[in-house]
Amino acid sequence: MAKKSHLNIVGKPFRKVDARAKCVGQTKFADDIVLPRMLYCKILRSHLPHALIKNIDASKALDLPGVFAVVTGKDLPIPYGILPVSQDEHALCIHKVRFIGDPVAAVAAIDEDVAFEAMNLIEVEYESLNTVSSIEEAVMIDEPRIHEYGDSGNVHKKVSLEFGEVEDGFAEADLVREDIFFYEGNTHLPMEQHAAVAHYDSDKKITLWSSTQTPHYVHRALAKVLEIPASHIRVIATPNGGGFGGKSDPFNHEVIVCKLAMMTGRPVKATLTREEVFYCHRGRHPVLMKIKTGVKKDGAITGMHFQSFLDGGAYGSYGVASTFYTGALQTVTYNVPRYKFEGIRVFTNKPPCGPKRGHGTPQPRFGLEVQIDKIAEQLRIDPVAIRRNHLVEPNSVTANYLRIGSMGLGKCIDKVVNGSDWKNKFSGWDQTNRKLPFGKGIGIACSSYICGAGLPIYWNNMPQSGVQLRLDRQGGVCVMCGSTDIGQGSDSILAYIVAEILGIDPFDIRVVTADTDLTPVDLGSYSSRVTLMTGNAAIQAAERARELLVMAVSEKLDVPIENLSLAERRVFDVENPDTGVSFAEAVVLAESKFGTIGTVGSYTPPRSPGKYKGSGVGPSPAYSYSAAVAEVDVDPNTGLVVVERVWIAHDIGKSINPMLVMGQVEGSVYMALGETLMEEMAYRTNRNVVHKFPSMLEYKSPTTLEMCDVKTYLIEDPDPNGPYGAKEVGQGPLLPVPPAVANAVYDAVGVRIDEVPITPEKVLKALREKSRGRDGRYGPDSVPRVDWPDPLRVLTPAEGGDGKEMPRVAVHS
Amino acid sequence: MKQKNHITFSLNGEQTEVAFAPHKTLLEVLREDLNLTGTKHGCELGECGTCAVLVDGRSILSCLMLGLEAEGREVKTIEGMAQGAELHPLQQTFADLGAAQCGYCSPGFLLVAEELLEKNPNPTRPEIQEALSGNLCRCTGYIKIYEAVELAAAKMRGEEYELPREAVYGLE
Repeated sequence: MAKKSHLNIVGKPFRKVDARAKCVGQTKFADDIVLPRMLYCKILRSHLPHALIKNIDASKALDLPGVFAVVTGKDLPIPYGILPVSQDEHALCIHKVRFIGDPVAAVAAIDEDVAFEAMNLIEVEYESLNTVSSIEEAVMIDEPRIHEYGDSGNVHKKVSLEFGEVEDGFAEADLVREDIFFYEGNTHLPMEQHAAVAHYDSDKKITLWSSTQTPHYVHRALAKVLEIPASHIRVIATPNGGGFGGKSDPFNHEVIVCKLAMMTGRPVKATLTREEVFYCHRGRHPVLMKIKTGVKKDGAITGMHFQSFLDGGAYGSYGVASTFYTGALQTVTYNVPRYKFEGIRVFTNKPPCGPKRGHGTPQPRFGLEVQIDKIAEQLRIDPVAIRRNHLVEPNSVTANYLRIGSMGLGKCIDKVVNGSDWKNKFSGWDQTNRKLPFGKGIGIACSSYICGAGLPIYWNNMPQSGVQLRLDRQGGVCVMCGSTDIGQGSDSILAYIVAEILGIDPFDIRVVTADTDLTPVDLGSYSSRVTLMTGNAAIQAAERARELLVMAVSEKLDVPIENLSLAERRVFDVENPDTGVSFAEAVVLAESKFGTIGTVGSYTPPRSPGKYKGSGVGPSPAYSYSAAVAEVDVDPNTGLVVVERVWIAHDIGKSINPMLVMGQVEGSVYMALGETLMEEMAYRTNRNVVHKFPSMLEYKSPTTLEMCDVKTYLIEDPDPNGPYGAKEVGQGPLLPVPPAVANAVYDAVGVRIDEVPITPEKVLKALREKSRGRDGRYGPDSVPRVDWPDPLRVLTPAEGGDGKEMPRVAVHS
Repeated sequence: MKQKNHITFSLNGEQTEVAFAPHKTLLEVLREDLNLTGTKHGCELGECGTCAVLVDGRSILSCLMLGLEAEGREVKTIEGMAQGAELHPLQQTFADLGAAQCGYCSPGFLLVAEELLEKNPNPTRPEIQEALSGNLCRCTGYIKIYEAVELAAAKMRGEEYELPREAVYGLE
């Protein structure tokens, strides 16, 4: 096969294939779908945080003219959940409710007003239970249990892993530091509220249109809960009006509209209100962290012991994976030769937490990067040097068996350090000889993120992504793939890659995605997996199509296959470019020779070297890297932190489309800024555990007036596992921003804010402490006492380990 | 039985008649009674700017205006922004620069930006930020939106304007 050295499409800033439709109002989001005879669904939700359901009386609702059906939990008795180990949700609660917003009953009616009125006529008798509202309470209070499963009481999951002897690492360290951090929970806040429309046809087949990031997993959940064959269910993910992880679980409203459509024989739509979206949540877990790190005088880490405590909310969701993620990626930036991780996730009576951009990794990254800053100060090392000098090697395996491929973090650090003029701004820990005036400060942090989870959510040996191509004899190409465009541009990536290989224009291509009837399975838009996995599958499918075309054209033109090139909608002889045929003619020749032209491609990630229990979370075909420098202005009178500018460099491997990469970097910095300065899922701390402000006005997020200036550098260090060397960009660039800002606040006014969001009250409190001669820190002081299980011990690669856990040795007293 | 009220108004330049229940917002009338689903909703409480449309040339939140108040007025939605098949320069630049990621907030941003450029053909970056401060976008960090507005403004002034290379490829 002729290898193309010159790229015509990849690496160029084409507009997205769906961009114009989005700018003229033609894109059909889920709530834009209207079907004849469609009914409207409203869901009655619990107003109590924890209660037994004693009785539900829907008779008044059913008597209301215009009401077609009411559904309750007993109509949908089968539980479901995104993870096989946490099948703990019911579409409608049966025996008890677990948070304010838990769904109890649903109505289908002629219009939304009637549905709303009917919903309020449903009478539910509850018996209140005591609530659990925090990590500390959940660890202490075993009864009442929120769930009847889990490790104990209200503990969902405890994990303990040790790679090498971490105590040996502390023994050989010159400095051992222990710090405690807290990262508050926050939510995705996609502009589009979730919506779903179900249609039940006369052959008893169901079609669901839904704003979901994971149509394949929704498909599986529906088959289970509705008890109908998956082959009779079609799930179409509509373009998502923003996802960020918030549309990655199978949701109760998706199940409910299907059930109501089956009961009434009419299409049924549910569109959530903004308040309901806050109750769906699945956002960032609040995480309390304790980090003990040993270092040599030069800052080289000798061992790290990381503990994380996650407030999971009322259901499992992705939580077990989230828990492992809080301990997985500490090892992939700086060399950590021995590493111990203990993590605990608890249930509380709050909306469930799950994956939000960075899934479980921004919290530990915040703690780790702030602690490294403190270590650097204690050792009087420049915070740039302490990072730059101890980077993990490319093509290496970490202590916890993550295989690193390309690694561009060093280049990222150099870019942001030079770009920000760090040398002339950072005061070098010397507050008496400041380079920036008091109140202005600069801080740095680094990070890494996975380019796709190495393993699927349910165990199987099948590809994680499939692409199918159909070539039309008039020159059209249709790309079909289960991937879901949530705004990141995944549809466009398919078009660019296929166009590159087939030598046509991306806008010649019809892209059909996220339809379980029409498209091969792709697992969905999560874990930053889509460009890498669908990209590789698309390359394989397109190369196979190309092969058929060149074989047919070679025969026709009597030109050797290796001399044929595909570009500018032609297939031609590279040595004599006038000799060739149009792309459409090439398809005709191929179809004449081989029959109908369709090809497939698939992608399965490489196997991970880790074989221990728990090694499923963290492995990835590649890791992206980011470095950020933040410059802040802190007003010591008000405590207000203004982030003036962020310099960020991202190791993208190779940009399939640099303009879209820039958009993801800028969007990640934006979302990080919100988490760092203002966004929080806050609940009243009395027994009611009610959300303080489930609205867009009071849940503060950055507007144009808060958004900072962003200076972006793209580092291209191609990874052999990425399509054209590409790595992820949707999530990774969020990670370094919160700690860079916290470190800059310290440089500006000399106080450590060891939790996010960094609000004015916290800064003021820390400044007041400092003025009283104390250490000027705001953050948690302790972690709850937990009986950790004996760690699963794994020898590190450096110790000659094979990636498996060591047999547990019985200790006889 | 609910009564429907009947109004006549100019919608995207066309005289339009529509009957609807009097409590409906303009947002609901546009989406549900006139099938113009290009106007989106993010909160239906006047908090996010997503449902912005132009009424007599001024941006308003259609979730906070009753449909009845549109009687006799000129309403412009995203569907009326292009001249036939020819996109408005803002629509072109939003599409070309990736200022629409998920695209859900884009109709609101585009109409508010059109109002801005109508009043101020050469806005500074802070003026753009001020004008767009009532619209939330969760995808872009707003930067590509500013760049798209600046590029469209230059095109509309008939100026040669090249976007800085760093906006597309990053800094060297």
